[in-house]
Amino acid sequence: MSGHVFSAVQQSALDPAGPQAERIGDVWWLMFWVCAVVMALVTLALLGGLLHARRRRESEAPQPIAPESHRRMTWVVSGALATTAVILLVLLAASVSTGRALGSLTSPDALVIEVIGRQWWWEVRYMDDQPSNILTDANEIHIPVGRPVLIRGTSRDVIHSLWVPNLHGKKDLIPGYVTDTWIQADRPGVFRGQCAEFCGLQHAHMAFLVVAEPPAKFQAWRAAASQPARPPRTPLELRGQQVFLNRQCALCHTVLGTDAGGRIGPDLTHVASRRTLGAGTLPNTRGHLAGWIVDPQSVKPGNRMPQNPMPSEDLLALLAYLESLQ
Amino acid sequence: MSAEPISYPDDDALAEDRRRLEETWKSRPGLLGWISEVGHAKLGKRYVVTAFVFFALGGIEAALMRIQLARPEAGFLDPDLYNQIFTMHGSTMMFLFAVPMMLGLGVYLVPLMIGARNMAFPRLNAFSYFTYLAGGLLLYSFFFLNIGPDAGWFSYVPLAGPDYSPGKRADVWAQLITFTEISGLAVAVNLITTIFKHRAPGMSLNRLPLYVWSMLVTSFMVVFAMPAIMLASLMLAMDRLVDTHFFNPAEGGDAILWQHLFWFFGHPEVYMIFLPATGIVSTLIAVFSRRQTFGYLTLVLSLVATGFIGFGLWVHHMFATGLPQLGQSFFTAASIMIAIPSGAQVFCWLATLWGGKLRFRTPLMYVLGFIFTFVMGGLTGVMLASVPLDLQVHDTFFVVAHFHYVLIGGAVFPLLGGLFYWFPKMTGRMLSEKLGHLSFWLVFLGFNLTFFPQHILGLNGMPRRVYTYPPETGWGDLNLLSSLGAVVLALGVLVYVFNALRSLRSGPIAGDDPWESESLEWATSSPPPPYNFHLIPTVSDRYPLWTRTGDEPVVTGLKSDRREVLVTNTLDAELDHRDTSPGPSFSPFFLAVGVAVTFITSIFTPWGVVIGAVPCFLALLAWFWPRLDQGHTVLKEKKS
Amino acid sequence: MRRPLALGACFLLLGLAACEREERRLRELPALAMTGRPVREVKLQPGRPQPARSGGRYEGNAYAISEGKRLYQLYNCSGCHFQGGGGIGPPLMDDKWIYGDDPQNIHETIVEGRPNGMPSYGGHIPDQQVWMIAAYVRSLSGQLGKAASPGRSDHMAARPSEQATKEEQPKTQKASPPG
Repeated sequence: MSGHVFSAVQQSALDPAGPQAERIGDVWWLMFWVCAVVMALVTLALLGGLLHARRRRESEAPQPIAPESHRRMTWVVSGALATTAVILLVLLAASVSTGRALGSLTSPDALVIEVIGRQWWWEVRYMDDQPSNILTDANEIHIPVGRPVLIRGTSRDVIHSLWVPNLHGKKDLIPGYVTDTWIQADRPGVFRGQCAEFCGLQHAHMAFLVVAEPPAKFQAWRAAASQPARPPRTPLELRGQQVFLNRQCALCHTVLGTDAGGRIGPDLTHVASRRTLGAGTLPNTRGHLAGWIVDPQSVKPGNRMPQNPMPSEDLLALLAYLESLQ
Repeated sequence: MSAEPISYPDDDALAEDRRRLEETWKSRPGLLGWISEVGHAKLGKRYVVTAFVFFALGGIEAALMRIQLARPEAGFLDPDLYNQIFTMHGSTMMFLFAVPMMLGLGVYLVPLMIGARNMAFPRLNAFSYFTYLAGGLLLYSFFFLNIGPDAGWFSYVPLAGPDYSPGKRADVWAQLITFTEISGLAVAVNLITTIFKHRAPGMSLNRLPLYVWSMLVTSFMVVFAMPAIMLASLMLAMDRLVDTHFFNPAEGGDAILWQHLFWFFGHPEVYMIFLPATGIVSTLIAVFSRRQTFGYLTLVLSLVATGFIGFGLWVHHMFATGLPQLGQSFFTAASIMIAIPSGAQVFCWLATLWGGKLRFRTPLMYVLGFIFTFVMGGLTGVMLASVPLDLQVHDTFFVVAHFHYVLIGGAVFPLLGGLFYWFPKMTGRMLSEKLGHLSFWLVFLGFNLTFFPQHILGLNGMPRRVYTYPPETGWGDLNLLSSLGAVVLALGVLVYVFNALRSLRSGPIAGDDPWESESLEWATSSPPPPYNFHLIPTVSDRYPLWTRTGDEPVVTGLKSDRREVLVTNTLDAELDHRDTSPGPSFSPFFLAVGVAVTFITSIFTPWGVVIGAVPCFLALLAWFWPRLDQGHTVLKEKKS
Repeated sequence: MRRPLALGACFLLLGLAACEREERRLRELPALAMTGRPVREVKLQPGRPQPARSGGRYEGNAYAISEGKRLYQLYNCSGCHFQGGGGIGPPLMDDKWIYGDDPQNIHETIVEGRPNGMPSYGGHIPDQQVWMIAAYVRSLSGQLGKAASPGRSDHMAARPSEQATKEEQPKTQKASPPG
């Protein structure tokens, strides 16, 4: 059960899913092959030298280098050095031109997403000209396939770094700064990303998913996600909502359409539609959700969600309510 | 006082002279002697042993991390302890092992190699050691008190700032930095002066052994790089202790400022570790291929070029912070450019090996391992210089693999080879070749097994500094392989240590020059007497021991009833004057204690500076108290 | 050989005296984390009899106090008490303690509420966090010493930091709540 949510998830810099990662992948393969050849040549030269030296007699007195062999060695070394310089120039050119190409993915009708790093989760806001249409979500970034996306990153506490290897390199999220990254996915898929700048106790469990979907599907998702939470339908869900509002949950979490408006933890309006819990720590299943609510500190020690021991009937109701928040 | 062919007085007079020198230069006995020691050889050995102990501690921390990371979601270390341990590992290896080890080995070797009797400032030398020791003891005592720093060896703000690192952990780190930097700066100044002013007559700069050149360049790098980090750690300590706002964006401070200051030191730091290693390699290659190193001038220029360019690379640690494109391109170019001097060095070494008559002793094995590993690390370094590629692999295990290739492969391998080579000089006994070869192969294979898989892990998305990872990522197998490699690597180091301990007691006696080497340290007994050379040799060649004919002139006329040393001029090492060198003194130790009191109390209160000033002042008063038996004699008959 | 042994022994001794200030107790036993039901007999209630001094759970613990500081902002304590100078609610950085300066008193104030505006947070804020906030509130008037109290935060500085606050001597006599 726990595996299936992640089984379709990809995370590799060598399996690009968009133009940015692809360009970087090209540089990588260029450099990889050049370096592999250089490495092979140096190793051959080293081994050759050893074999060459093996053939000589031992116990001769140390000697200065003979002039004619000195001249030969000078030529070889200068030749090798010149070749190195040429290779380095080529690599430099490839690197700089790729750097420029990475900056060229811009578009006036780009989707703008604000990503705010928090200890240890991601607040994701889909921007819109209408402030009321801004959608706030967490730990999952939905993007339409084929459309450039501008990710506008910052941080509320310490420095984090946003990294989805299949789509692009890193960009640091720095308090006091706003950093821009342009990404685009060329094929649908779920790509795992993770915080890449050490940010404290739970740096290891600060992951997220990028869900790339066809534009129509993305629009549908966005429309659904912009709705307030569905009111409880069954008595159990209703009781769950009471638990949510009257216990400690509502102080930190928002559920649109209810009185719960806490801004400390992730927005839970559509928590049931998310794939993971605790910023990519656990798959979003009933059992994990229950464990997470009662004792998040054993799963992700040091995270900001306190332990919430509660009677089992309250817990069952709360689970029913949260699972209804599709 | 003159430089002329040896015309020995009769043997009795010589023996009497030697006896008096022995008397003049001897240390005090016992614990007091340990505290008041100013001899470079003893302090140098102490540096090497202390740094090796810290190397072992850092290694144990590495092993703990490898145990934790061997399997996904392992519970061996909790995140709090893991963060402390990886911070301790990085800080220990960089500040308490690598730099002090390299500088300490320089303290031991440089005076011997240039034919000097001691360092230029013997008491400063002792002060450096005690300050370094105090820093290390501070870090580890506080670590055992659960006050071990936990924000990484780079201590980025705001994470290490007052808001996100409560308690005193980050302050301990900041003060550790201050300790080791003060010590490092003092050693650097000392080495520079020693190299410039105390060379044996005739050892002009173009006859300086390559190892000494490397220490010279390294020392200059220390002098220019360390102030940046001292400033940064002071600012961090002030932000935390007296609520300044250097790194607080809300009050006009800047979180990126820290990174600039830190890496302006942090990148040259890598070269401070690497350059002495290249010096060792040049020495070993010449000795074990029975041939003069090819391309002396190229190698020297490469050292100097690396020293300069090394200061122009720091931003490649910060590409992900989103600096302007043009600036990034500049630093890419500089980072790629530094491959040229490194390449030149490697080519010269290979060329030397090609025509040589190789003796496959353990030191040469380490050098060969070094060439392979370092080239590999250098190539991944070129990859990291490229902004686009760096954005992908920055702060991942790819980088972990890269810098262990350049630091272990590029510095620890030569160091292990070099210690093996100089062990007979330091102790008078030889190490076992069999165990040496065994340790080399274990270290070499274990190292590659540990760190090669980490390249792939990084490309697959595994960030650095994570205390665990979920099983779904598929990183488990390579991590397990890496942890197994670490076991082999640790075994190799254990064999090396065992070899050294065994030989200390029962190794074969080495004699003056067991390797038939080329430089001056082998022209005296093993271990050398406290005055190094009875009669200071003169030099007319880059490889004085290989070309000696037996009737080289030596310097006579230095007094033997007080500590007198020879001062020569900077470029050509012509005789300049005689100077007195201070004998055993307690002031350096007391000053180091005063400095320690200052820094440790100022972790807790700003008044620490005032409190600590009192013992520091008293120690300095004793240190500089005028004494009649010191002074220098200008040589009249110089410059013929 | 004896010297390293002695050194090792010293380190072990140091380890035994591990520092309370630096501990990060991330996970409390469930029993300790269990939150009692809010106890509120009537809307207006006088303070209960003063308990014996209890010490509080996190008084010397720098990590918990700094978490308390964060929670003080997050839960909007600053909405009424501001940065300790008071405004809508009474100041917390002076020497007047209307309901006592013991951590237990503060805990009770937070959990049960007080007349004239202090709401009851019992059941809303987990007990562990209440204790953290209580510890932080005491640091506002310098009761916890410099070593464990928070330094400046990464915000605009509205007041000297807690570690720079001079210790007030708590006044036991009752002052009337602002009204």
